[in-house]
Amino acid sequence: MSFFLEVLIGGLLAGIMYSLVALGFVLIYKASGVFNFAQGAMVFFAALTFVGAQEKLGFPIWAALIFSLILMIILGVLTEKVVLRPLVNQPPISLFMVTIGLTFFVEGLAQLMWGTKVYPLELGIPDEPIAITLTRWGLNTDAVPNVLKEINSFDLIAAIVAGTLVAALAIFFQITRVGRALRAVADDHQAALSVGIPLKTIWAIVWSVAGFVALVAGLMWGARNGVQFALVFVALKALPVLILGGFDSVPGAIVGGLIIGALEKLAEVYIGPYFGGGIEIWFAYVAALLFLLVRPEGLFGEKQIDRV
Amino acid sequence: MGSKDNFVKALLNINNIEVIYDHVILVLKGISLHVNEGQIVALLGANGAGKTTTLKAVSNLLQTERGEVTKGFIEYKGDRIEKLTPWSLVKKGVIQVMEGRHCFQHLSVEENLLTGAFTRGNQKKAIKNDLEKVYNYFPRLKERRRSQAGYTSGGEQQMTAIGRALMANPSMILLDEPSMGLAPQLVEEIFEIVKTLNQKEKVSFLLAEQNTNIALGYADYGYILENGRIVMDGSANELSDNSDVKEFYLGIASAGRKSYRDGKHYRRRKRWLA
Repeated sequence: MSFFLEVLIGGLLAGIMYSLVALGFVLIYKASGVFNFAQGAMVFFAALTFVGAQEKLGFPIWAALIFSLILMIILGVLTEKVVLRPLVNQPPISLFMVTIGLTFFVEGLAQLMWGTKVYPLELGIPDEPIAITLTRWGLNTDAVPNVLKEINSFDLIAAIVAGTLVAALAIFFQITRVGRALRAVADDHQAALSVGIPLKTIWAIVWSVAGFVALVAGLMWGARNGVQFALVFVALKALPVLILGGFDSVPGAIVGGLIIGALEKLAEVYIGPYFGGGIEIWFAYVAALLFLLVRPEGLFGEKQIDRV
Repeated sequence: MGSKDNFVKALLNINNIEVIYDHVILVLKGISLHVNEGQIVALLGANGAGKTTTLKAVSNLLQTERGEVTKGFIEYKGDRIEKLTPWSLVKKGVIQVMEGRHCFQHLSVEENLLTGAFTRGNQKKAIKNDLEKVYNYFPRLKERRRSQAGYTSGGEQQMTAIGRALMANPSMILLDEPSMGLAPQLVEEIFEIVKTLNQKEKVSFLLAEQNTNIALGYADYGYILENGRIVMDGSANELSDNSDVKEFYLGIASAGRKSYRDGKHYRRRKRWLA
């Protein structure tokens, strides 16, 4: 039983990392009804800018953080100005295609600015079982159950960060005036315009916030795996999460991430041996496919409303 | 036709505008009309006559459809507005209720109404009062305030759309085809409310409508569009009594049944401008 719990907790924590990436997708989808293909590239861009600023410009860590945040916001605003504004009221597929183009641009820009080297990313968060961290801080760990002792401190911090982000975003979308406007825009661009919601501002806000989320995801993933081009592909891991949780639900991104993370790890351990192992890599996609058959809008997604 | 005398007081003044879509499709060929303060003005005509385009030219929603006002000008309270963005126009007090309602389907009815107050920023108290006011006019919306707008009936959606526009505290509403797809009884109800809003809230209306009969019943003044031109205008009574209007738009022939072949169309009216 304790082994099962250990696997489950490990999976849930890994899932949180997926959620972080999925959040960025949800944001853009919620506010413009577009699947933003460039989210992975934005994660890469953000992480690379953060380390690049440190390595090449010699910024201290806080300055690099502010610098990359500013750059992400500029990127968001520019995206709205150059890419999205001419496409108001166009079918979603056009917007989707344009984000594919944006992907290549952002990837190229990141490498043009900071080079193609693989950098390590050091946030100062210990990457070790929590028991060791606590002992190092001079705390007694006897009261902590064994299962919890094994939890990685880094994962735990990632979970806390993701949880905070989600709570903040969910409140923002549900309660605030701008959040409501964002959801309105996702439903109907033209109607939103007609009641006086300034699309430009709204989109600039959303892409900036998505840039911020990409930065957080980039830092977490970069600290885990190093900052390299492969970061672009963490976006692919977000896909099953989105399908499970629903493309337009902030809480869905988290729950979807948790489920996918846990499923992956459990499947690897319990079903994996029958397939010769290594099923972690594709199991999430199969699960998502099956789920699509049952509930295409996702667990928390908004149902397509059709009038007869 | 007796419309020039109170020209000075015009709230909205459209002067000889031409609208072109996609740089090639000429839709409005020189339209001039005006709406005086406190009036309900009906814009009548068949499909494709240019009613919606006229409204969108005023509300500046044309931009998103690659349409452009290429000639003429539009004034609201004496200021040129054809270059304004839709949101600054809403701030000035002109708001459009689009054809086919266009409610935000996944937002609740109440949230839909609140989006209408977006341009008013954070005047919480005033907005709350106005919400109550809208519920007063549309008690049915209060019952359904928590339901997703997409799941409400067509009539309720039309009410939501009008209520949403009211939340912007407008002095002029551009109302596009409020009768579309609604039961006759509901159409009547909607128009009654329009009349009430006009009298109590002093909101002026520019109303595009295919249902000539009901529109003339509630409007003060009417313009008839055909192929992007105004072919006739006059007070609602004058128009309802006009034999051509009766025949073309109200389906009342003067001399019994007629064959389709006998139908006549207006010739291009002599234009003094352009």
